[in-house]
Amino acid sequence: MNKIVEKVYFSDYVVKLVVEAPHIARSRKAGHFVIVRIGQKGERIPLTIAEADLEKGTITLVIQKVGVSSIKLSNLEVGDKITDLVGPLGNPTHIEKVGTVLACGGGVGVAPLLPIVEAFKNAGNKVISILAARQKELIILEEEVRKHSDELIIMTDDGSYGKKGLITDGMEEVIKREKIDRCITVGPAIMMKYVSLLTQKYKIPTEASLNTLMVDGTGMCGACRVTVGGKTKFVCVDGPEFDAAEIDFDEMLFRLNSYKKEEENSYQRFLKKYQKA
Amino acid sequence: MDRLQEYLKKERAQEWRAELRGTLKAKDRTNMERLSMPEEDPAVRSTNYVEVNTGLSEEQAIHEARRCIDCPDPTCITGCPVGINIPKFIKKIETGDFLDAAVVLKETNALPAVCGRVCPQEVQCEQACFYTQKLGKPPVAIGNLERFAADYEQNSGKLSIPVIADRNGIKVASIGSGPSGLAFAGDMVKMGYDVTVYEALHEIGGVLKYGIPEFRLPNEIVDVEIDILKKMGVKFITNFIVGKTASIKDLEGEGFASFFIGSGAGLPSFMNIPGENYIGIYSSNEYLTRVNLMNAADPDYDTPVISGKKVAVIGGGNTAMDSVRTAKRLGAERAMIIYRRSIEEMPARVEEIKHAKEEGIEFMNLNNPLEYFADENGRVCRMKLQKMELGEPDDSGRRRPMPIKGSEYEIEVDTVVVSVGVSPNPLIPQSLPDLNISSWGTIKVNKENMQSSIPNLFAGGDIVRGGATVILAMGDGRAAAASMDKYIKQKIRAILPLVKEFKSIGEILEFAGK
Ligand SMILES: Cc1cc2nc3c(=O)[nH]c(=O)nc-3n(C[C@H](O)[C@H](O)[C@H](O)COP(=O)(O)OP(=O)(O)OC[C@H]3O[C@@H](n4cnc5c(N)ncnc54)[C@H](O)[C@@H]3O)c2cc1C
Ligand code: SF4
Ligand code: FES
Repeated sequence: MNKIVEKVYFSDYVVKLVVEAPHIARSRKAGHFVIVRIGQKGERIPLTIAEADLEKGTITLVIQKVGVSSIKLSNLEVGDKITDLVGPLGNPTHIEKVGTVLACGGGVGVAPLLPIVEAFKNAGNKVISILAARQKELIILEEEVRKHSDELIIMTDDGSYGKKGLITDGMEEVIKREKIDRCITVGPAIMMKYVSLLTQKYKIPTEASLNTLMVDGTGMCGACRVTVGGKTKFVCVDGPEFDAAEIDFDEMLFRLNSYKKEEENSYQRFLKKYQKA
Repeated sequence: MDRLQEYLKKERAQEWRAELRGTLKAKDRTNMERLSMPEEDPAVRSTNYVEVNTGLSEEQAIHEARRCIDCPDPTCITGCPVGINIPKFIKKIETGDFLDAAVVLKETNALPAVCGRVCPQEVQCEQACFYTQKLGKPPVAIGNLERFAADYEQNSGKLSIPVIADRNGIKVASIGSGPSGLAFAGDMVKMGYDVTVYEALHEIGGVLKYGIPEFRLPNEIVDVEIDILKKMGVKFITNFIVGKTASIKDLEGEGFASFFIGSGAGLPSFMNIPGENYIGIYSSNEYLTRVNLMNAADPDYDTPVISGKKVAVIGGGNTAMDSVRTAKRLGAERAMIIYRRSIEEMPARVEEIKHAKEEGIEFMNLNNPLEYFADENGRVCRMKLQKMELGEPDDSGRRRPMPIKGSEYEIEVDTVVVSVGVSPNPLIPQSLPDLNISSWGTIKVNKENMQSSIPNLFAGGDIVRGGATVILAMGDGRAAAASMDKYIKQKIRAILPLVKEFKSIGEILEFAGK
């Protein structure tokens, strides 16, 4: 169990791992995530399940190298085992036939967006997907998303691929062109905040899938708490998806930076050790 | 006279006990002073994680054991939630038969080394002791003696592995590996069942591991007990959330006949006051989990924890004491308890309050938080408090704290730990719509046999009681094991004549259920 059976580099910063996890592969639905820990001294971090293969009993994780844990995980090779892997956690995305769905993914948020796109498409919706990133190299899973979308739009900040501009620019074009019944967004908190502001303007019901800090992922600690509609919610058991218009993104952005200093220190220590080795 | 009484009388009448009583007059026994537990120096220990209580020496234990007058009607036992034969184990200590004393403990208590450390003896056995009740003197130090005998056994290298009945091949599971699940597993495996314990976290032990700190209950002590269970044949599967990773239905499909739910009271409560989500404000569960389970205090480990110089811990229970003493060890200059009632009403064990005071914890009783304030980065920097006074007694019999108008004031804080209670872990109830749940979210069981509204599901510990104690959780686990055994055997007996037609026990039980 937890053995890595396939590893693909999407870019220098983004890695796809296919991991043996038969129970999770069987139980998971779109929107679910797992918690992993790498090494006996590792921390517990949440990762969304991008895909699952029932027959092979595997799940797919997409990791962006951002700190010590994600680098440790990306450094594992085929045949290595992930120390701890637990899930599927959270509530599955509420999938229904609504008409036209606008799916907006940024950065590695495209990984969790993929199963949602697929599920909405299979439920008979028209799905328009917009993928956004800073530059060409950071656009991931393009073909996979295209396969399940009626239309795919790519936006890059620097214009190195697709259209130049922010995700909201791409969205506004679509919204002005046709009626959107539901918007789904997964990506960096700051991006989701602006996606939400835009869809509020056009009164489009929008769900955002949140990627807060977590420890246990079972509702036991409250590390993942966010304010939704003025009430405190635990992302791991009440979410991860919430009505975007109700989410206090500013608070979430603050909380995401809780350990900025500690993370930086730990990263420096890690680099030192890593360079020695 | 009921059977227990009769049994206790018979035991007490044994020659060795009678003889021992004769060696010292009751009067002389009651004139002996209670020995206090030797402790690490507060100034030193508040900077490290070594266990605070160092344990009685053999001489000290024998001395304390001699104080016990071996009462004809040992009231202490009535105070023990699992009915340990207290005078018997104490008298075994008096005669120097320490290993035998441990055997007596284990007849009814699955984890005596744990209970000797964390049970609130002052409201249980020691409260009911003849000394407290009739003499008005400090009770026999039953808890310290329990710990002594259990530790002696652990250190002797002669840990007895209990006798196990012939394997019956029937698969049962515990959901959760806290004290209730461990006690359940121990009893079931002894009766010959094939027992698997599923645990959501990556460590076995529940609150014993992630909650109660090392300086009060070293992990080693818990691991010894878990090892014995493993040797007895209990299988442990970590990183497995029943209801998520696989459902109870799935597990029934894998042949499990019956389940014990010991999933605990994991969900932390907050006060829902303004600013409670600022950075640096934790639930006690998160704070303690980061430090105890994830080793955040050790820079070699990846998990971080914010622990500042001015730490306010909100609450008055064991969890609050554990958090505030942890904060001190993480370098707090001011580590404060903020509790809305007076110190007498704090639910924490008396010993924890004493230890906390010795370690320089500030007790700000009759104070209640109203609001938190943060700096420009969203990190908590101040809090507003309100003074309280005690009014009329409430339902719990404790005097109700009432706010004093106009008494609001502010203090500086850089870390806050909210420790105002927990509610039952909702994962299992959510995954079983047919299960009968109270409005508090606890699983409803038949108090006689711990059976839930679904016949092959039994439950106990905090998921049934809300927040309780280690010993009550263990007692539930054992009670559930006894009745699950009965339940399974009844089903099998009813079906025995037809057995040939079935392929698995699971099928038999399913049929029997109809
Ligand atoms: C900090 C702290 C200090 C305490 N101090 C004391 C003390 O001094 N004395 C005392 O008597 N009591 C004390 N208590 C209370 C005591 O620890 C609890 O009453 C006791 O641990 C309850 O045991 P349990 O078996 O019901 O649950 P827990 O110990 O809570 O264990 C439940 C386990 O089940 C797991 N689980 C939950 N859901 C699932 C699932 N679906 N699948 C698989 N696993 C699951 C959880 O991860 C957890 O490990 C303290 C509690 C805390 C938090
Ligand atoms: S009540 Fe006290 S003195 Fe009497 S048997 Fe129990 S521990 Fe000993
Ligand atoms: S991660 Fe601990 S409660 Fe959500």
